[in-house]
Amino acid sequence: MSTADPYFDFLCRMGDNTLILGHRVSEWCGHSPVLEEDIALANIALDLIGQTQMWLGLAAEVEGKGRTADDLAMLRDVWDFRSALIVEQPNGDFGQTLMRQFLFDTWHLLMLQGLTKSCEPRVAEIAAKAVKEVMYHVERSGDTVIGLGDGTEESHTKIQAALDLMWPYVGELFTPDAVDEAMLAAGIAPDLTEMRKTFEAQVSAVMAEATLTIPDSRFAHKGGKSGFQHTEHLGHLLTNMQWLQRAYPGANW
Amino acid sequence: MNPDIAQVWEWLDQVPDPEIPVISIVDLGIVRGVVWDGDTLEVAVTPTYSGCPATSIISFDIETAMIDRGIKNTRIKTQLAPPWTTDWLSDKGRAKLEEHGIAPPRTTGGPERCPLCKSENVTRISQFGSTPCKAQWRCTDCLEPFDYFKCI
Ligand SMILES: [Zn+2]
Repeated sequence: MSTADPYFDFLCRMGDNTLILGHRVSEWCGHSPVLEEDIALANIALDLIGQTQMWLGLAAEVEGKGRTADDLAMLRDVWDFRSALIVEQPNGDFGQTLMRQFLFDTWHLLMLQGLTKSCEPRVAEIAAKAVKEVMYHVERSGDTVIGLGDGTEESHTKIQAALDLMWPYVGELFTPDAVDEAMLAAGIAPDLTEMRKTFEAQVSAVMAEATLTIPDSRFAHKGGKSGFQHTEHLGHLLTNMQWLQRAYPGANW
Repeated sequence: MNPDIAQVWEWLDQVPDPEIPVISIVDLGIVRGVVWDGDTLEVAVTPTYSGCPATSIISFDIETAMIDRGIKNTRIKTQLAPPWTTDWLSDKGRAKLEEHGIAPPRTTGGPERCPLCKSENVTRISQFGSTPCKAQWRCTDCLEPFDYFKCI
């Protein structure tokens, strides 16, 4: 995959984040602790996969090589994925899944709100559609994090461990690289450094209510959105997600 | 001669929503425009939720319904902007939803009353339901759970 066009890369980042997290969340389908949670997770996965269709559809158009959203999703290998490391992390326990979701949702909502003002009308349109769905996601993941944090001793311990585990994956979302800088300069995407301030205020408020402690470290794992170094988990996820198209190329229904 | 546009809207109003067949796709507010382009009918449709699996079925149902009325060429145009809102649900559609046991959306974010016994004592179970457009609520009088068509 060419990385010469930062706009194409940026669209892949948006679409790959929603695709990989959507797939991860869908792994809960039929396995959640209670029926309502199962339904909620399945719905959120569905929204994310729907948003993927729009982002990767536009990416494929921008690339202009005749590929489709499906080609990008099903026929690229690990090193061509531009998703942040946080979304490929395994589901772990329910608290880990919800903490990953809350941190991502909070970033996602701020990103989409910024993108509704994009000077690229197609980007603004997709963001305006997705922002309405993501408002429901963050409301739920935030409420659940508070419920688990300010819950029993066991739920508190587990969700605090989830926060400690996930926190080092937050930095990548907000550390601008050449692609982010090009998008900011072009008026396509918002300023990540500014976004981080709002993110930290919002996350701190929820964690305080949840009686959880944010780790006192800014250490950040990197390499997902650049595609330089994904964790081992992405390869395993793709093996599962792509196997049908790999085993039966062009299979359709 | 092409059938006139008002007639076409009437026909479209007879195409049921695949997930909630008591209301039509026009009631749902997802048909955003109908125009003739030569002898091709162009119907602009907006998705409800971006991942709604009913979207492709709706396009297919529209084409089939138009063929049944003698319109051979229909083109479905997906229109993302402005994004769909539950404000576009028709009054007829809202009344039919309630009759069917689904509380219609309200801007306050919750149902006005239980669609079954009409009690106003209702409580939320989950913001997510059996389809992307619904939330789960419960009546604290008749104790029945019910779907609420959530605002978006
Ligand atoms: Zn009732």
